[in-house]
Amino acid sequence: MIFRNARLLDASRSIDLEKADLWVQDGKIAAIEKPGVLASKPGVTERDYQGLWITPGLIDAHVHFREPGFEHKETIHSGSRAAVAGGFTSVACMANTSPVNDQAVVTAFIREQARRHALCRVFPIGAVTRGLQGTELADIGSMIEAGAVAISDDGMPVLNSKLMRHAMAYASSFHVPVISHAEDPHLSEGTCMHEGSHSFALGLRGNPAASEEIMVAREIALARLTGARVHIAHLSTRLALEHLRRAKSEGLPITAEVTPHHLTLDDGAVLGYQTFCKMAPPLRSSEDVEAMIQGLADGMIDMIATDHAPHSPLEKQAPFAQAPNGIIGLQTVVPVTLSLVRNGRVSLFRWLDALTSAPARMLGIPHGTLAIGREADLCVIDPQRRWKFDSAQNASKSLNSPLLDSARSEMQGQVVETWVGGKQVFKSERNAR
Amino acid sequence: MNASLLTISQLSSLEITSLLSSARRLQSEESPLKPPLPLSGKTIGLLFFENSTRTRLSFESAIRRLGATPLTLAIAQSSVQKGETLLDSAKNLRALGVDAFVLRHPEAGAAEFLAREIAVPVINAGDGMHAHPTQALLDAATLWQSWSALRTPAPAEENCLEGCKVLILGDILHSRVARSNLELLPRLGAQVTVCGPGSLLPSVEQLRAYGSIGRSLFPDESLRECNAVMVLRLQRERQSAGFIPTLQEYTRFWGLTDERLKLLRSDARILHPGPANPGIEISANAMADSRSLILTQVEMGIFVRMAALLRAFGRLDS
Repeated sequence: MIFRNARLLDASRSIDLEKADLWVQDGKIAAIEKPGVLASKPGVTERDYQGLWITPGLIDAHVHFREPGFEHKETIHSGSRAAVAGGFTSVACMANTSPVNDQAVVTAFIREQARRHALCRVFPIGAVTRGLQGTELADIGSMIEAGAVAISDDGMPVLNSKLMRHAMAYASSFHVPVISHAEDPHLSEGTCMHEGSHSFALGLRGNPAASEEIMVAREIALARLTGARVHIAHLSTRLALEHLRRAKSEGLPITAEVTPHHLTLDDGAVLGYQTFCKMAPPLRSSEDVEAMIQGLADGMIDMIATDHAPHSPLEKQAPFAQAPNGIIGLQTVVPVTLSLVRNGRVSLFRWLDALTSAPARMLGIPHGTLAIGREADLCVIDPQRRWKFDSAQNASKSLNSPLLDSARSEMQGQVVETWVGGKQVFKSERNAR
Repeated sequence: MNASLLTISQLSSLEITSLLSSARRLQSEESPLKPPLPLSGKTIGLLFFENSTRTRLSFESAIRRLGATPLTLAIAQSSVQKGETLLDSAKNLRALGVDAFVLRHPEAGAAEFLAREIAVPVINAGDGMHAHPTQALLDAATLWQSWSALRTPAPAEENCLEGCKVLILGDILHSRVARSNLELLPRLGAQVTVCGPGSLLPSVEQLRAYGSIGRSLFPDESLRECNAVMVLRLQRERQSAGFIPTLQEYTRFWGLTDERLKLLRSDARILHPGPANPGIEISANAMADSRSLILTQVEMGIFVRMAALLRAFGRLDS
């Protein structure tokens, strides 16, 4: 297959070719040339990609695919369907399944389900502690041997600092990062939105920004102590970002991610008790949102991750405090975050790095690049196309997105094709508006 | 106009004055309403997911006086204990012919949620820490009655608490009564100050949304100045949850004790939304004091709830 006349973008090597041809052979990237160089080859298909971008397939370091255990919310198959519809070719799925991914047999099960049913690459993340209970270490080494790429108790912060210290030191002998859901569990207990004027007016228990600041500061201190690689999941507060800035200037091996929603929505979106705007960490103040954009732009926040968290409609159809945390996000990342590029807040390369090479580096996987010889994982984007995110477009098993069928559904920029290892796994329905 | 009554902030100033004046008009009628009663033939579902005696009785009484029939879901014997959700319960009562709901629920936003999901009016009888609009309206009606008697000429309806200094004393942070009064009383011209221990007070930033609300950490000075003090119930769980060290210490610094009672002006008024913990946030003597309006509040509650019910059916004269 030869992809002709596309704009080729590769942040891993700072390549931006306005018009180029890309040759994929045997599932690998075989050549990238200026137009007119690559001759047609007998038996090789060619297509014209004039006006479209081709980037490395996107990588999401933080999704919840709910299998095993919560298949009514999402399965590895349905989650991967949403992933490829969003341009993702690799995802890393969190351990809070049932049973928890805290031992090799569960890791192996996820890998096997992915091999059979997934449309994209699925990389399991193992638990830090057994059952996410925060009391004893999970079988970290065995899980990594079985294919886990990182460890995290995402959703359940590890309160015990001594145990977290040991987890970091232990994980570093296997060269995997520890991903921290950085919240002080006591400060966040029973809360359901950001603590501020809105939480008081709504009568909802507020989660103070201090909860995240404290834990990010602790993780930095422990990273300094252990020398381990630490990754902060879904950063959301301005002052936690300042902690991170200082840690990075010290040269500590710390990375961080931000979600599309923490880049674009503030706690005002909760007004009216919108359970589709409930997640942990919560939507923060507009100053925090501004800081997140700034942090992404200057690279202090390394990557964008969705924290794709499906829940069934009945679960979200409840009084606010009773509704579970989390929203889906895989399919809307490109248009939502591309708006930051369009309005000049984030550079195109920084944006692409945040969705490809940065998560690949953190997870230690050989993807997120168009380097010759690598797997041909590709994302084809029409940056101009306008479309509406509605139920017919939604590929996830769940519907819990504040962007779905709402006043926020109008999108600009669409993933039109996704390729994994040289095979097309997604092609968008034509619904240009 | 939204027939549901979910918060004070949803109400226009005109709606507020019409609710308050209707309540006072209903109260001044010497005998019970004469047939044909305005809501005769209607069924009102009372969904009480939280213990409440006086609010439920007050609504039931208001419903009967208007000629409607209350259908109460008594929580203790109900299937709520078996995990039936708010929405299921409401749909079932709706199928039993209920024309409007009165909802008390431990979660903030429950009334708004129900109103969105079900096609009949919902009156919020308290949702978590969020709102208790009929309580605030009855507090305002009670205050208006006593404040207008002290002022000549009596202030205009829409500004009926003009100049009235109200101190709300206690656990402001967890109180839906405080929130609804913070929304209502300043709109009627009252100058409101909140007071309580720092761990039970909203921040200055959180109060800013309500306009110029005073915030004080200790009550004595405000007690000397105020025209009315509204004492809030202190939940005993606040001690075990670590908001205060002991109930005794709370009483010592923030209780309306016999000592502090002496600080109040002779024409000041004492309110409490009930049920009180005598000897903790308020002394028995303060409750029984000639300046106390606590039982007037209970009485006014019926008329305010009658007005809210009439409004739900578009029968409130403005």
